Amino acid sequence: MGAKVITVTSGKGGVGKTTTTANLAVALASQGKKVTCLDADIGLRNLDVVMGLENRIVYDIVDVVEGRCRLRQAMIRDKKFSELYLIPAAQTRDKSAIAPSDMIRICDDLRPEMDWIIIDSPAGIERGFKNAIAPADVIIVITNPEVSAVRDADRIIGIIEAEEKGPAHLIINRLNPSLVRKGDMLTADDVTNLLAVDLLGIVPEDENVVASTNRGQPIVLNDHSKAGQAFSNIALRLNGENVPLLNLDGREGIFKAIGRLIKDGGKS
Amino acid sequence: MSSFMDKLLNRSSSAESARQRLQLVLIHDRANLPPGQIELMKDELIRVISKYVDIDRNKAEIALENEGREQRLTMIIPISQGARRYKG
Repeated sequence: MGAKVITVTSGKGGVGKTTTTANLAVALASQGKKVTCLDADIGLRNLDVVMGLENRIVYDIVDVVEGRCRLRQAMIRDKKFSELYLIPAAQTRDKSAIAPSDMIRICDDLRPEMDWIIIDSPAGIERGFKNAIAPADVIIVITNPEVSAVRDADRIIGIIEAEEKGPAHLIINRLNPSLVRKGDMLTADDVTNLLAVDLLGIVPEDENVVASTNRGQPIVLNDHSKAGQAFSNIALRLNGENVPLLNLDGREGIFKAIGRLIKDGGKS
Repeated sequence: MSSFMDKLLNRSSSAESARQRLQLVLIHDRANLPPGQIELMKDELIRVISKYVDIDRNKAEIALENEGREQRLTMIIPISQGARRYKG
């Protein structure tokens, strides 16, 4: 058996790769899985702060690759989940400090002990991205429903297919249902049809995400958040469960409501 | 409500223009073939094809099409009415 390796990538920066990585990791851990996250954004590490583990770092991934510590020593245990670990990126080096073969070797060492390994890819299509996708069994592309993010996602999906790492799975992050209703935001269907890939999940824009990131507590831990619920559902889908997409419409729609009234008649 | 008003007034929404623009941009990105180069290629192809058969140049069309993530280049070249079988 052994773990599956998921790489979370996007092309464009700032669309929510790190937030997604942290939340999927926490969601999977809360569902009883053994999970290690790996920050592949060397020089611009952030997964540690989003997970609230920045004060516990002793060693990083480059220390492992260059032999200054054992893999186990660089694995930081999560505060809440005892079977969730983070291997942080180095902050003072650059992407060339590790090679795709190093990533494959680290993941192969982790596989027997884990259920999931989640790699947070840097933005861009250069070395850091190549490192991040090298060991991947599943690649998740994050995009936002706006033109530049969709265009970059398409480019990344093309590269993933050319490298025979496909098919890519899509998460549409920060969908704003009220903008969609006004006709001022691409719909999830628009984005999925344009990119022609499988949709793994839709995460609504949720102002609670900012506050939860401020505290270093991923949003999936907040039971009242729609974004948190969306991430939990994506984690369930990764485990093979058939969970329907959230209804992000936020309202029933007048025709449906009337239809329901007629159907129920005097029964209720 | 405003999208309903937009439809009523036949005004297209900004999302619709994003969708249409992306559709074109992605087709050209995927093929790594910008629109201007397609026009150059069209002119060149028409010159080559005209050496062998009489064609209706003004009605020739070239397009990049996609089906899922598969891309194809199509060209429609009407042959002139009454063109002889061989030229020259």
